[in-house]
Amino acid sequence: MTTLFGLCDCNNFYASCERVFDPTLNGKPVVVLSNNDGCVIARSNEAKSLGIQMGDPFFKIRNLVEHKHLYAFSSNYVLYGDMSDRVMQTLSLFTPNVEVYSIDECFLDLGDFYDVDLHQYAWEIKRTVTQWTGIPVSFGVAPTKALAKVANKLAKKSAKANGVLVLTEPYHIEKALQATKIEDVWGVGSQYARFLKNHNIDTALDFTNASENWIRKHMTVVGVRLHKELRGESCLELDEVAPPKKGICTSRSFGKKLTTFDDVLEATASYAAKCARKLRNQKSCARLVTVFVQTNPFSENDRQYYNSKTICMPVATSSDIELIHYATLALQAIFKPNYWYKKSGVIVTEIVPEHQIQFDLLDTVDREKHNNLMKVMDGLTDRFGRSKVQVAAQGISKSWILKSDYKSPCYTTRITELPIVYIQK
Amino acid sequence: MCNAKVIPISSYALELFDFDFLDHVKLPLYASYVSAGFPSPADDYLEDKIDLSKYLVQNPTSTFMMRVKGSSMQDAKINDGDILVIDRSLKAADGLPVVCFLDGEFTVKTFKKVEGRAYLYPANPAYKPIEVTEEMDMRVWGVVVWVLHKPVKL
Repeated sequence: MTTLFGLCDCNNFYASCERVFDPTLNGKPVVVLSNNDGCVIARSNEAKSLGIQMGDPFFKIRNLVEHKHLYAFSSNYVLYGDMSDRVMQTLSLFTPNVEVYSIDECFLDLGDFYDVDLHQYAWEIKRTVTQWTGIPVSFGVAPTKALAKVANKLAKKSAKANGVLVLTEPYHIEKALQATKIEDVWGVGSQYARFLKNHNIDTALDFTNASENWIRKHMTVVGVRLHKELRGESCLELDEVAPPKKGICTSRSFGKKLTTFDDVLEATASYAAKCARKLRNQKSCARLVTVFVQTNPFSENDRQYYNSKTICMPVATSSDIELIHYATLALQAIFKPNYWYKKSGVIVTEIVPEHQIQFDLLDTVDREKHNNLMKVMDGLTDRFGRSKVQVAAQGISKSWILKSDYKSPCYTTRITELPIVYIQK
Repeated sequence: MCNAKVIPISSYALELFDFDFLDHVKLPLYASYVSAGFPSPADDYLEDKIDLSKYLVQNPTSTFMMRVKGSSMQDAKINDGDILVIDRSLKAADGLPVVCFLDGEFTVKTFKKVEGRAYLYPANPAYKPIEVTEEMDMRVWGVVVWVLHKPVKL
């Protein structure tokens, strides 16, 4: 267990990625849209000031975009993923242990450093990441993970901190807790926040002053852990390796409404294949596959329908072919004609490691052949890009594919989409 | 890179993890793969193949590429359609080609320091050098470390 955690958090990460390759966007309001250009999922500070909310539907802001008061981008996860990698790898040069917490956040083990000025080191980290990758970051340092979160949030907000805050002195920690609203504490959702405020707990400091028994009674063991963490007692370790996921879901809204079985199947088969690939990447197999379909709940003219079906497969698998086969059976069971479908999804659960599969005596599938085929397919996908080789059920036309009318180029991963630099100016 | 003095105590901290090279570890292919018969005298002298990307890219996390547009300039030896390999971790120093952002576009210039003042020199004498001042919204984006282009057919 380390004695000191750093938390590095990229400022407005998606918008910052777009700005690295188009600095004209600096200081301008930028938003990034969800899959299918449906609604706002990320906002630059300037966009927040314009009053744009998370989840605002695109039609609400279209006017601002058309008049260049606001710059909107379709989500470009290829670019964001690569930039995230660069940030995380830069961070891992500064400490032997890191935990990549999300696409734009990373915990660093800063304990056990001998004779180092923490402030100077934190600045060094922040400066290096921004210089190397172009992404601005905030950095918080504290004795526990939850306090590092507090430090990071204040580092971002306070002009004095200017992006870096080290909380090691008890007096500073108390001040920081006092300046943190209870709803801004890591892991406190809106319901708990309401409940706590009703009991006159308005800040993180009030929370730490509450008795542990009272917290245990009203907020389960998770609340107790948070209480300890904020009081400086570390209970959350650095998870250096992400645990294999217990359930994987791939679901998207369609680019347009679909009504025929074949179209919905094409999309659903592709989601099944995506789940299979994710399973193979984490070296696991799944036993249960669930398929769901739904119409557009926001459309008042459409008749509404939602249904799902779960199938237990004879042997846990990570093969595209098998998962698509069972997903198709599940879809056949729930698909009804004469509806406008807006979304379908595939969820795989009961996930076990590859080497712990219970085989079936009556199993007729040549699993070794499947495994070899999948290896070859994954190899081809890695070499030639997505969707170059696939199971035929996933279709060729892909009329259901997502809209992404405002996508920036994949500047860092595709040789055909590099930024342009001019010789003469 | 680090000015702060850091001496990690734990011994395992000295292992450098570089994921980039972990995901494609190349194994040398033995020249003599027939167990019977005469072993190749070269077997004990096998080395990894030259990895061009390792040679071109010193620091993968800070290295980006851009595509050149504009008419060819003999002085700078940079042509239309070339690829520039740019390292953001390097400091602009006198005489180095840099990519900077001017008037809404990326452009290549030569960074010059004259009597403590910084200038950006175009490779084309038709254009004037620009002095870099504090109040200018001009940032050096990165330093050009390689210019890649195909040979010109003569």
